[in-house]
Amino acid sequence: MKRRPPTAVAIMAALAVAMVALPLVGLLLRTPWPDLGPVLASPDVRQALVLSAECSVGALGVSVVLGVPLAWILARVSFPGRSLVRALVTLPMVLPPVVGGVALLFAFGRRGLVGQYLAGVPGFPSPFTTGAVVLAEAFVAMPFLVITAEAGLRQMDQRFEEAAATLGAGPWRRFWTVTLPLVAPSLAAGATLCWARALGEFGATITFAGNLPGRTQTTPTAIYVLLESNPEHAVAVSLVLLTVSLAALIGLRQRWLGAL
Amino acid sequence: MTVFAAASLTEAFTDDRTKLAAVNPGLSLTFSFAGSQQLVAQIESGAPADVVATADEPSMGKLVAANLVDTPRDFATNLLEIVVAPGNPKGVRGLSDLSRADLKVVLEDPSVPAGKYGRQALDRQGVKVNPVSLELDVKSELVKVETGEADAGIVYVTDIRSAGGKVSGVAIPGDQNVVARYPVAVVRGTTKRELAQAFVQQLYSGPGRQALLARGFLAPR
Repeated sequence: MKRRPPTAVAIMAALAVAMVALPLVGLLLRTPWPDLGPVLASPDVRQALVLSAECSVGALGVSVVLGVPLAWILARVSFPGRSLVRALVTLPMVLPPVVGGVALLFAFGRRGLVGQYLAGVPGFPSPFTTGAVVLAEAFVAMPFLVITAEAGLRQMDQRFEEAAATLGAGPWRRFWTVTLPLVAPSLAAGATLCWARALGEFGATITFAGNLPGRTQTTPTAIYVLLESNPEHAVAVSLVLLTVSLAALIGLRQRWLGAL
Repeated sequence: MTVFAAASLTEAFTDDRTKLAAVNPGLSLTFSFAGSQQLVAQIESGAPADVVATADEPSMGKLVAANLVDTPRDFATNLLEIVVAPGNPKGVRGLSDLSRADLKVVLEDPSVPAGKYGRQALDRQGVKVNPVSLELDVKSELVKVETGEADAGIVYVTDIRSAGGKVSGVAIPGDQNVVARYPVAVVRGTTKRELAQAFVQQLYSGPGRQALLARGFLAPR
């Protein structure tokens, strides 16, 4: 059934779109189009874009490996303190990222809670390393995957799993052949949000991992540095980040959530 | 009246406000502290400032070029100092020690005034440093040393003083140091010109000057 929205609702909705769209239009109008190619080809910018791609995928990997089991437990297992755990793991969504970065220093830094014992162990995400960038991004972005995946698991019709069980499928087989295909759209949506958040992460990363081109300088940090020295180039690089995220959001939405 | 000021002036100007309020109960003084480049961008976009004080001359130069401020004057200077953990456990003695391989050194990005001055001081001594990070403002550099993540960095004398006992400083001799100049100007569009000029004046001789000196700033030269 198609219907016309009430005028007041339509106006509010249009204002909502304008509020988000106008700044983006502003960005597009200030973009130095002729310089776009040379700016993006410059070694510093390319280095930051490559590092951002690697680290955001790394952070997504960490979030999937740790976050999906967590989402499953939150959705399916009843235990005391479950709401507390849920609130705790979603806290990074509301915590100012800079505070998150300082908290990471207190935990994983040289004098931190676990850092004081583990600093120097190969692969440990010590501050100022690329591993630290991945950790900071995962810290901030994983909640997006966890809450989306948990919602998907809750909404899923569990009778399919029960049917599979009565037909003799073991827990792993049930998960791979029944549960996973049913929650795939939620997982994909959560993964996309998580990855996009990781890609844009700035505050926790700069605080915990620092800023060194080639090692910890991701695209958002490079943009911030460029804003100080060369605002036009900063706009050009922002545009890349914007385009990539937009493409991912649109693409994955159509692929997985076409019906919505 | 609204004063836009560089982040490194935070403590000195906040002291000054307390002193001014005691002398001048009717005065409502608001400060907006940010990086000098951000202050310039905000004023260019029409932010309602009456006075602007930056931590370097190039930033102020942009406002002068855009005809947005009256002629600026330097009202204070600042020097660089090496920041280390309290008590200097790594025994850092001077700029040339910053190239030691056993030290984790944080500097500032050259796009920030403090980073530019630090680089100048190191280059003049021919010291090659491999920093673990190029921080984007002095305060984050201090945090890295305070939390023990980094062993040393180069910041302003005034930053080490306001950090209290959480860090120690290693002085850089005068002939190796770089002087940071702080200019102040009245914003052209102000509707409170007299108040603004009075505020600028007391930075040269008055409670403002006292507060600056107490926080470790030096007289303009």
